[in-house]
Amino acid sequence: MSAAASAVVSRLAGIVGDPHLVANAAGLEAYGIGGMRPSAAVRPGSAEEVSEMLKFAAAEKLGLVPCGARTKLEMGLPPRKYDLAVDISRLDRIIAYDPDDLTLSVEAGIPLHKLSATLAERGQFLPLQVPFFQHATIGGTIASAMDSALRQFYGTARDFILGMEFVTGDGTLAKSGGRVVKNVTGYDLHKLMIGAFGTLGVITKINFRTFPLQRETRAFIASFESASGALDLRGRVSRSPLKPLTMEIFSPGAADVFYSEAAAQVEPGPLAPNILANGKWAFTAGFARTGSVLERCEAEMRAMAEEAGAASVSVLRHDQIAGAFGRKREFVRIVLESSPAATILKAGVLPSRMGEILAEVESAAANESLRSATMARGVGVIYAALLPDALSEAALQRVARAASRIQAACDKAGGQATVPWCPSEWKSALKTWGADRGDLPLMRRLKSAFDPHGILNPGRFVGGL
Amino acid sequence: MDARLIRDLRKQLGADAVLDQREDLLLYEYDGSVESARPNCVVFPRTTQDVVGIVRLANEYKTPLVGRGAGTGLSGGALTRYGGILTVFSRMNRILAIDAENQRATVQPGVVNADLSAAVAHLGLHFAPDPSSQKACTIGGNVSENSGGPHTLAYGVTTNHVLALEIVLPDGELARIGGPALDAPGYDLPGLFVGSEGTMALVTEITVKLTPLPEAVKTLLAIFDSLDDATETVAEITALGITPAACEMLDGWTLRAVEAYVHAGFPLDSAAVLLIDVDGLRESVESHAEAVADVCRVHHAREVRVARDAAERDLLWKGRKNAFGAVGRLSPTYYVQDGVIPRTRLPVTIRRINEIGKKYGFEIGNIFHAGDGNLHPIILFDARDPKQFERAVSASDEIIKFCIEMGGSITGEHGVGMEKDRLMPLLFNDAELDLMKRVRGAFNPEGLLNPGKIIPTGKSCGEIRVRPLPIAGGAPA
Repeated sequence: MSAAASAVVSRLAGIVGDPHLVANAAGLEAYGIGGMRPSAAVRPGSAEEVSEMLKFAAAEKLGLVPCGARTKLEMGLPPRKYDLAVDISRLDRIIAYDPDDLTLSVEAGIPLHKLSATLAERGQFLPLQVPFFQHATIGGTIASAMDSALRQFYGTARDFILGMEFVTGDGTLAKSGGRVVKNVTGYDLHKLMIGAFGTLGVITKINFRTFPLQRETRAFIASFESASGALDLRGRVSRSPLKPLTMEIFSPGAADVFYSEAAAQVEPGPLAPNILANGKWAFTAGFARTGSVLERCEAEMRAMAEEAGAASVSVLRHDQIAGAFGRKREFVRIVLESSPAATILKAGVLPSRMGEILAEVESAAANESLRSATMARGVGVIYAALLPDALSEAALQRVARAASRIQAACDKAGGQATVPWCPSEWKSALKTWGADRGDLPLMRRLKSAFDPHGILNPGRFVGGL
Repeated sequence: MDARLIRDLRKQLGADAVLDQREDLLLYEYDGSVESARPNCVVFPRTTQDVVGIVRLANEYKTPLVGRGAGTGLSGGALTRYGGILTVFSRMNRILAIDAENQRATVQPGVVNADLSAAVAHLGLHFAPDPSSQKACTIGGNVSENSGGPHTLAYGVTTNHVLALEIVLPDGELARIGGPALDAPGYDLPGLFVGSEGTMALVTEITVKLTPLPEAVKTLLAIFDSLDDATETVAEITALGITPAACEMLDGWTLRAVEAYVHAGFPLDSAAVLLIDVDGLRESVESHAEAVADVCRVHHAREVRVARDAAERDLLWKGRKNAFGAVGRLSPTYYVQDGVIPRTRLPVTIRRINEIGKKYGFEIGNIFHAGDGNLHPIILFDARDPKQFERAVSASDEIIKFCIEMGGSITGEHGVGMEKDRLMPLLFNDAELDLMKRVRGAFNPEGLLNPGKIIPTGKSCGEIRVRPLPIAGGAPA
């Protein structure tokens, strides 16, 4: 380590204390992104320490990467400069939980599963059934805008986050929003932090509205020969008054992946046989109601599935769902484990255009002799995984051609597709953030307002922000 | 104002699109709040290009510029605090596209809120945000203020329903932010611009989500002999995790004022009523309504009435939505606050509001979105008596400070505007206000667009700086 670097390290130790500073090569391995390693990782114990750290980093022009459980560090572009990892996992307290008001304030480093257990004790939950659930922190989940099947009913984090505390790139410790369910006081700066991948600020606290746990649920799975039958059913349910909690479509490739050994390793919960039929497309929907209403949902779903031409229909009752299909939540992790070079595209299109995108994924993958697995949420968000058998230059060429075709189809359909996950050595060859966007100049202005010295996750986000 | 600017505006927009005579301008110096400020001229664009032209001229002449929909706002957001050009969007009132399959609509900012819902009702859809002024207020105004309404309890406020905006920035640049498809990468620009009270851009086109109409709706009127029983009912409905579509409270004073005007059938001798909508599937509405009624009875509701049909339901809601009109019959001027509190603190807060009323010698009416904890205490006063006005403001400030002590906020849906900017330091410290200024400055660097709103203008304008109060629970406020 150079003299300058060791001076930096000793200053950092002064801020967080020696036990919370990692500067040895072995310890820093865990903070690697692609081939890059920071000079140090710090684990601040308070928002004030984060603020001090960022002031110091701004003065020294250090490039830093905020992180929590480091489950998604490989998402996005590699950092332009990576001097310091700011690990917020020590900020893991529940600051306030008022179950009777259905509101919650937590520090950003709290693990999702731990938070979820606390809420469950009071019969409540956050509708964030996201991948990496057993390991991820709430802060990382929000900063990377992980979505979940429950968005069909509950919306995404922006719909149930009430406020935040964060530290901007110049070390300003600021809050926005509040802890009440309705609030228009000041600018909604916290909305900007959702999905910003830590490029505007380091999130230190998040306030949520919580929801009562569903006591009675039922899942409905219909299989189809083609995607169009499943999409037809999606349309029928959308037009019906049933309002499902979740609605998803899985490709035949997804069924293969869910039944694979890789899946069993990621999510040991069993997947009941025949839930996803071999070689078929699957439509799934979940409902939460009381007894007689669930009967009506089931009857109407069966009728609609028949009209849409379903080959088979199965129904799971409340106590069967988690055991039979719990691994659905971990689709992303499972596909990442299913290939040495798994590449996942995430597309957003109008629901009416999903059919052409699903067809494009199948045909682009087939043309390049790639296995694929697709999960499409009913709201028009599609996760399409391309699964080459090897991490090779030839595989990259095939994946790049297929990805590019899918991305072009999404752009043409008035939506977009990004490549949130791929082997790190492929990042420069793929369009990680999709096509250039017209609103990028406005985003740059915001970036300068929040991070004037450009120290936060430099170069990792859209347009190199 | 520079006569050449008026001439240039007329040249660009046509003579019938520019007002600059005193008698015309008088109509535009008010909105729904107690504030007033007269513009130097009022312009009526018809197209996005007209708006770009207006913004360019405002820049050229370095003149303040403010957007306005129907002027129903309750915080002075659409008033020209420092004069200048008032841009009224009433002629940009076309619904540009309705996409029933994807449940989206694209509208110009001057489209009246209720008109959009009426236009898509035959498709079984509606635009969910429903401010009480929905028959007059515009969607552009809703976007600027991030408006709420009774049914936002279950359906969310405006920002939860806006997908994309076409905006004109203060330098005349035209931009599109967001999009009809979900999850575009990048910063949530619509999330920032919705609710920015017209301080960052003028909005010229809006893409919104449409929401399916519920299959069934039941409206309950729970009648209470004690105010505490009513507020405790709301707290318990919340704690049980029952989310009605709407849960409104009117206290005895307010409902008597409303009844005299609307004849909605509110019981004159009661201390408070809760007006509750439950909606959804036919079967679940039945059980849901029963659950709500049970809670009301446990908390000593004298009677729980269920509206028998749509006509009865509409009448009850007419009573609620015309409440401010009813109050207007009693007094030419009244002050409405918009504080928000955690729902668990409703009983103590309503008691405190009544004590504050006694202390200052006002009868304070309460009509509000109880299920959200969003209060609207109404203070009647005579504006001709400056001392009374001062007292009304003091009483109102005391209420707001109490809301903050309870862990709440100063405005739930009316906006900060020029009415509450002086209260912002109660919630935000200097560094936070500076950050807001920087963000505003990123888009509105010269401050020409809607100056003097949201962020306190500083001591030079006679403002008194107050120390932020600690927030209950230590959470970010």
